[in-house]
Amino acid sequence: MFGPRTVKKSVLQRLMSLNWVIIGVVVLLAATGTAMLYSVAGGEIDPWASRHAIRFGFALVVMLVIAVTDIRYWMALAYPAWILGLGLLLLVEVFGAVGMGGQRWLDVGFMRIQPSELMKIAVIMALARFYHARSYRQGRRLSALLMPLAMIIIPAMLVIKQPDLGTGLTIIAGGAAIMFLAGIPAWIFISVAVASVPSAFAVWPFLNTYQQNRVLTFFNPEADPLGAGYQITQSKIALGSGGMTGKGFLEGTQSHLNFLPEMKTDFIFTVLVEEFGLIGAVTVLLLYGTVLMYGLLIGIACRNQFGRLMASGLAMSLFFYVLINVGMVMGLMPVVGVPLPLISYGGSAMLTWAIAYGLILSVATHRHVTLAPKGSGLA
Amino acid sequence: MAREGQRYQAFSRRALILAGVQGLAITALGGRLYYLTIVNGEQYRLRADKNRISTRLVVPERGEILDRNGIKLAVNTPDFTVYLIPEQAGDVTKTLTKLTHILKLDQRRLARVVRQIKRQRKFLPVSVAQGLDWKTFSRVNVEMPDLPGVLTDSGLSRYYPDGRDIAHIVGYLARPNDDEVALNRMYRLPGFKVGRQGLERRFEDDLRGQAGARRVEVNAVGREIRELPPRQDATRGQDLNLTLDIELQKLALEQLGEEAAGAVVIDVRNGELLALASAPTYDPNEFTRGISQENYNGLLNDPRKPLLNKSLTGQFPPGSTVKMLVALAALEQGVITSETEFYCNGKHRLGSHTFHCWQNRGHGRLDLLGGIANSCDVYFYEIAEKLDIDHIAEMARRFGLGSTFNMGVDGERSGLVPDRRWKRDFLEEQWHLGETLNVSIGQGAMLATPLQLAVMTARLATGSEIYPKLVRNISSIEAGSFNKMQVNPLHMRTVRRGMEMVMEPKGTAHDFRRKKTAVKQAGKTGTAQVRRITTAERQTGVLENSEKPWAARDHALFVGYAPVDNPRVAVSILVQHGGGGASTAAPIGRALLDKALELMPADNNELQQPIKASGVTETEASQASIDEEGV
Repeated sequence: MFGPRTVKKSVLQRLMSLNWVIIGVVVLLAATGTAMLYSVAGGEIDPWASRHAIRFGFALVVMLVIAVTDIRYWMALAYPAWILGLGLLLLVEVFGAVGMGGQRWLDVGFMRIQPSELMKIAVIMALARFYHARSYRQGRRLSALLMPLAMIIIPAMLVIKQPDLGTGLTIIAGGAAIMFLAGIPAWIFISVAVASVPSAFAVWPFLNTYQQNRVLTFFNPEADPLGAGYQITQSKIALGSGGMTGKGFLEGTQSHLNFLPEMKTDFIFTVLVEEFGLIGAVTVLLLYGTVLMYGLLIGIACRNQFGRLMASGLAMSLFFYVLINVGMVMGLMPVVGVPLPLISYGGSAMLTWAIAYGLILSVATHRHVTLAPKGSGLA
Repeated sequence: MAREGQRYQAFSRRALILAGVQGLAITALGGRLYYLTIVNGEQYRLRADKNRISTRLVVPERGEILDRNGIKLAVNTPDFTVYLIPEQAGDVTKTLTKLTHILKLDQRRLARVVRQIKRQRKFLPVSVAQGLDWKTFSRVNVEMPDLPGVLTDSGLSRYYPDGRDIAHIVGYLARPNDDEVALNRMYRLPGFKVGRQGLERRFEDDLRGQAGARRVEVNAVGREIRELPPRQDATRGQDLNLTLDIELQKLALEQLGEEAAGAVVIDVRNGELLALASAPTYDPNEFTRGISQENYNGLLNDPRKPLLNKSLTGQFPPGSTVKMLVALAALEQGVITSETEFYCNGKHRLGSHTFHCWQNRGHGRLDLLGGIANSCDVYFYEIAEKLDIDHIAEMARRFGLGSTFNMGVDGERSGLVPDRRWKRDFLEEQWHLGETLNVSIGQGAMLATPLQLAVMTARLATGSEIYPKLVRNISSIEAGSFNKMQVNPLHMRTVRRGMEMVMEPKGTAHDFRRKKTAVKQAGKTGTAQVRRITTAERQTGVLENSEKPWAARDHALFVGYAPVDNPRVAVSILVQHGGGGASTAAPIGRALLDKALELMPADNNELQQPIKASGVTETEASQASIDEEGV
C-alpha cells in the first residue's frame, strides 16, 4: 500500500520511462501546425512555419525538462506560482490601464509573457495542492468550497476584465474540473449549471461591447455577414467546401484568397479542414483526443492526489482550449479568440502547452511516488 | 488508507465520466464537421466558388461609323488610363507628386484625385488621368518601378476624325446616366460610355455589340488572381454605313461658314442624303472627353445655336420656296393653267389690307413660269385668292412638309403646314383669306425644315415620293420602292420648267458668270421675313438687310436640283438671318449641286436606279417637254 516516498530513478531513467508514443503524437500535432502555417504563407517556410518549428523545438525541451523534474518541486511551487500569476495579472491590469489600451502581456525583453496563460496552469496546480492536503470528507465540506472558489474566481475575473473572455472562462472551467475530480458533491455542479443561466444575464452588462457583439453574432452570424458574422460565415464556407478529402495541400481557395480571417492563429483549423477535408479534421481531433485522454486518465494510475488532480485538470484545461477553438470556427461557440494549441501560430499558447503537458508527463513519470499531505516533502 | 481509497475511487469514477464527456465532445465536433462537409458540402462548395470566381464582362469594340465611300467618321482609338491604388502606394503624396510631374496634371485635377482617394476604400483604384497619348503612357510605364501602387490600363475611346463636320449627325458618347445604368450590365463598368446624341444614341444597340464574359479568380478584396477558361469573346458592334459623302459634307460646312445655317444634299434617285450640314458646329470629341462647363456654356449661349441641328431641328418659314407647291395646287385644282396671266404693280389689295410684292415697282404682266422665275408675290396672291388653304396644305403635305422622316438624329421636327383644322384646333379661330395669301408666299404660320425642303425638291425633280435615308445598312426602307407622286406629270413639268427659268437670265438666281457649258441647274430662291414690315417703315423706306441687327434680318433660302434633264441630286439651303435668298443661299446651293454631281458621276447602270421603277413619269415628262418646245 505504501509506495516509495522519494524518487530513486536517475534523470536518464526517468526520460526513458516517458511515454514516447504520446510525445510522438504531440510532435505530430506541432508538425501539422508547421505544415498549415507553411500553407497559410502561400507555400513559404517564412515567416511563420520556420518560427513555429523553432518555437516547438524550444517548447519540447521545456516540456521534457518539466517532465523529468521531481514532482515535489512542482507541488512546492503550486501556491507561489498562483501568487506570482496574480501579481503579474495585477501588473498588466495597471500597465494596460495606464499606457497601452487593453494590453494582455508583459514584455520581458526576449519574449512576451501572457500572465493569463500562466495563471491557467497555476490555478490548477494550486487547487490540486489544496485538495491533496484534504481528505475526501474535508474536501466535501461546504466551508472548504470558499478557498478554491476564491482561487478560481479572483484571477478569472481579472482575466475577463482584460478583456479576455475566452481564457477567463477556460480558467473557470479548468478549476471546476478539478473540483469535480476532487469529489465535490455533484448537486453543487448541477445547481451552479442551473444558476449560470440567470447569472449570464447578470454578467451581460459588465461585458465590453465587442464581447457582447461576439456573443450576439454567435447566435445569429448571418445577420451581419460583412461585420462580425463575416468571419464565421467565411469559416463555415471554407470548412464545408473542404468536403471529405479537402481541396488539397496549398489548394484552399478561401484561405489563399484571403476570405478567411486570422488564418494563422484562431482560424488555422479551418485552413486545415479546407485543404484536408473531413478526414484530416477527424485525424487531428483524434490526435488531440489521444494525448488529452492520456493526460486525463494517467491520474488513475497515479498514487498521489496532487498528481492525479493536476494531470487531469491540466488535460481538461487543454481540452477546453481545443474544444473552444474548434467549436468557434464551426460556429458552435462565439468567436472568443482562443488559439488551437500546437497548431496555431503564437508563442504563448505553445509555452502553455509545453508547461502543462510537461507537468502531465511529470505526473506520469512520478506516478508511483507518494506525497505527504502537507508541505512538499522536500528537505 | 481508507481516506486515500475514497478519494481515489471518487477521482477514478469522475475522471472516467470526464473522459466520456471528452469523447462525446469530440464526437459532437466530428458530427458537426460531417454535417458541414458532407451533408452541406455541396452548398458550401458553391458558396466558396461564388466567393472566388467572379464573372467579368469583356467589353466589345463599338461599331464604327463610315461615310458612303468607307471613310471613317467615328473610330475607336487606343486610350490609356493611369490608376493609383492607395493601399499599395505606401506614401500616397510622394507617388502623386511624381505622377503629377510626369503627367503634367493641373491643380484642379490633382485636388479631384486627392478627394477621390479620401472618399473610397483604400484598395480600390482611383483614376488619376485618362485619355493619355502613347508617349505619356509609356513614360509612366518606364517609371513604374518608382511608382508603387500605380496601375496602367489601355482601353478604347471614341474619336471623330472629322468631328466638326458631322457633330450634329453622329452625336457623341457619354457616361450612362442613372436611368440608363439599369439597361445593360456593361453600363456599370467604370469608364463605359453610351451614345448620348445623334446616331450614336439612335443606333446604340447596333453599335454597342455583345459583351463577352470571362471568369476570373478573385481574392477577398476583389483583386484578380488569374483567369479561368473558357472565355467567351465579345461580339464587335455593327458598323454604320452612312449615305453621307464626307467630302461634300465638308464643302457644305465650309460654304455655310460662320452663319447659322443648314444645308441638305440628297440623291434624288434613292433618297440618300449626301450632306446634312448645320452651322455653326462644334467638336463632338470635346463632349466624349468631357467638355468643360465653361466651353459648354459658350456653346449653349451662342445666339447662332451651334448645338442645334438646323437641317432637321430648325423650323423656318420656307418663303418663296413653297411657290412651286402653291402653283401645283392651283394647276391640280384647275384654278389656273400654265398660260394664266396676272398683272403685278407691286401691291395687292384684299379688303382694307395691302399685300406687297418683294419687288416694289411691280413685275408687270406675268404668266405662271414668269411668276415662278421672278418669284412674283402678287401672282401668287392672285392664285391664293382663288384657292382654298386646305388645297395648298394638302399639296404641301404630299411633298413632305409637315412630316418627319425618322432619320435617327435627335430633334427632327415636323414643321407646320397650317390649314383650317389646325387653326380651329390650336388657335380656336376661323381661317382668314389673308392668311392664305401669306402662306402662298411661304410666310405666316407655315414652317419647314431644310430636310423637308430637300425632300420636296427631290420629289419635284423626280415625280416620285422620295424618302430620305441616312444609314445604308440598317434602314428598313428598301431602295427603289418609291411610289409615283399622285400629281399630273404635265403640271410637274411646268413647275420644273419654272425652276429652270429661275436659274436662267432674268431668273432670280441667275449666275451670269456661270459658263454656258456647265451642267444646267433648276432651283428656287426664298427670302423669309422674320417680322412684319410696318406701314411706317414702307413709307420711310425699307432698310437693307445689312443695315438691320442680325436677329431681324431675313432668312435666306434656296432649293434646287441638277441636272435639269435627268436630275441626280437636289439641295436645300437655309441661312438664318442671312439676307436675300438669291444673294446668300443660291450661291451655296449652286456650289453644292456642282460638287455633288462631280462626286456622283452618272453611272452606266442608271437604268437600274429606282427612278426608273416609275419610268412612266420620265416618259411623260419628256413628252411634256417636247410639247412645250413645240409651243
